[in-house]
Amino acid sequence: MAIAHVSPGTSTHVNPERTGRRIPYLLMLPGLLWLFIFFIYPLINLAETSTKTRAASQETGAFIQTYRFANYLDAFIEYQDQFLRSFTYAFMATLLALVISYPLAYAIAFKSGRYKNILLILVIAPFFTSFLLRTIAWKQILGAEGPVVSALRALHLIGPDTTITASSFAVVMGLTYNFLPFMTLPIYASLDRIDPRLMEASGDLYANGLTTFRKVTVPLSMPGVVAGTLLTFIPAAGDYINAAILGNPTTKMIGNVIDSRFFRIVDYPTAAALSFTLMAAILFLVIIYIRRSGTDELV
Amino acid sequence: MVDLTSSAVGDLQLRNITKRFADFVAVDDLTLTIPKGSFFALLGPSGCGKTTTLRMIAGLEEPTSGSIHIGDTDITHTKPYQRPVNTVFQNYALFPHLTIFENVAFGLRRRGMKDVDEAVTKVLALVELGHLKDRKPGQLSGGQQQRIAVARAIVNRPALLLLDEPLGALDLKLRRQMQIELKWIQTEVGITFVHVTHDQEEAMTMADTIAVMNKGKIEQMGSPVELYENPKTVFVANFLGQSNLIEATVQTNSGAETSVDIHGSRILLPSSRNTSSKSKVLVGVRPEKINIQTEGSSAGKNSLSGGVVTDISFVGVSTQYQVEMPWKQEIMVFEQNDGGAPNSRKGDQVTLSWEPHFTFALDSES
Repeated sequence: MAIAHVSPGTSTHVNPERTGRRIPYLLMLPGLLWLFIFFIYPLINLAETSTKTRAASQETGAFIQTYRFANYLDAFIEYQDQFLRSFTYAFMATLLALVISYPLAYAIAFKSGRYKNILLILVIAPFFTSFLLRTIAWKQILGAEGPVVSALRALHLIGPDTTITASSFAVVMGLTYNFLPFMTLPIYASLDRIDPRLMEASGDLYANGLTTFRKVTVPLSMPGVVAGTLLTFIPAAGDYINAAILGNPTTKMIGNVIDSRFFRIVDYPTAAALSFTLMAAILFLVIIYIRRSGTDELV
Repeated sequence: MVDLTSSAVGDLQLRNITKRFADFVAVDDLTLTIPKGSFFALLGPSGCGKTTTLRMIAGLEEPTSGSIHIGDTDITHTKPYQRPVNTVFQNYALFPHLTIFENVAFGLRRRGMKDVDEAVTKVLALVELGHLKDRKPGQLSGGQQQRIAVARAIVNRPALLLLDEPLGALDLKLRRQMQIELKWIQTEVGITFVHVTHDQEEAMTMADTIAVMNKGKIEQMGSPVELYENPKTVFVANFLGQSNLIEATVQTNSGAETSVDIHGSRILLPSSRNTSSKSKVLVGVRPEKINIQTEGSSAGKNSLSGGVVTDISFVGVSTQYQVEMPWKQEIMVFEQNDGGAPNSRKGDQVTLSWEPHFTFALDSES
């Protein structure tokens, strides 16, 4: 720096200011390149596919570009039930995950003392096993021979012939379970960041425990709640593994439809159109949600 | 909720308060009465138990034994939110998600008070920050946040306002200004202020009464002048301002004057200012009370000769000399900057003298 100031006129020196300005772009380059190759390019490709129609030859997998935007409408009308079901399941799973995660995150953040790190590791521990395997394990747990059903039968809470698997209940349970850490960790992070003196100040200003929770703790943990619900809802709405393993034909989610259109029926245009519709629908819901939760106002 | 604010008005009393943490006694059998309407400072180094004492008054800690009373009401076991006590926290603890107005209104709303608007507007006017009521705390400067923290507490008209190192995070100039402002606010609202600090200047500027704490006990309590002029222990003499403490042997200890011997020099002091009953004492004199002059003694005064100036520093209002005595002890002398040239230079042989009534004597132990 000093050299450049002493000899501003010499052209042999690279202007440090200009190099400095270039550095951020250089640092972003690998990421941008990655995004372009594996996200932007496939997205363009998908968009292109979504308006194609089957080739005249009727050969499997042969499509020609006809810019048929009606593909979207056709696909949506045909699968609106699955769309609705996806969002309903995702919503229920998100709500359940929130109800389970908030007290858990609260306990870890404020009441766990020296067990804090162990508990946090336990929250992440399921990730050491594959998503698929864990979901299959749930099939065993909820299965007719599994502990849940036999316990419920013994308590006469369900009839001797009732099963839990292959039901919407099992799908929502699976979704809730699989995305629970994505809810717990952001809530924990924002609770943990709250200065305990703010709670003391609240108590000092005549708020009892419950009021302090409502007026101080909850508002200050909102960024975590919003992040957690988004991280749960978005992948849950697009998920197909839980419905495939724990559901039945009447619990198909939009992800299952896209999966079968792509890989079984080989109807690429419909699958692509459904993918874009799902993406748009999620984006739309998320924007409304963020606007209404007003988290942008939080510091 | 029980409204304690009206019933529990009176002096704050701590009776034999002890707080023990695992293997460490933070506050040791403390008994203290803080008169209603006073500005009281708990002064001491970090770890002396002053903050723990404050937290017990606020209800954030429970004493291991002893009791706390406001007037006739025992508040030892009541919850913080049931006490007519509000706190100005260190670093303020303003709610970041609420506006300044809502921060100040918080306590009033919790108690379901009427006329919240009026009360908040009034107190914001008192701290001269009414124009910031719609901002969030993060948008305010440190000094402004400090004033909001005070406003948020006093708007509730508590019987007692606790201030936990309230000016610690501010720079020197702002701290001076806030000291004067806090003192003014206290006079204005007439609430008892209990102020915890490790800054002796801050305590002396604001408080009517200071309790100097050390190792969980009160060393000495009194007005700033009393503590400064008549320290009763070595700790107080050193913690409030600077003191020169010189080992001495008592020669005569009768009548109004006590005479002591310091390495062959006879030093006189009023008997009333000798707090020790032993023959070995520490004789103290404040640096600004000492005159410094080149060799030669002055009659009718205490004087010590044979000193050598080893260091001089000019700090504006005064010149500070460090004088090494023949027994190798360094004595500090502050000479007020009254426009004249400095009396001595480095390396000069000097005699130090002072009026006998500026002298005090302390127990050398403790």
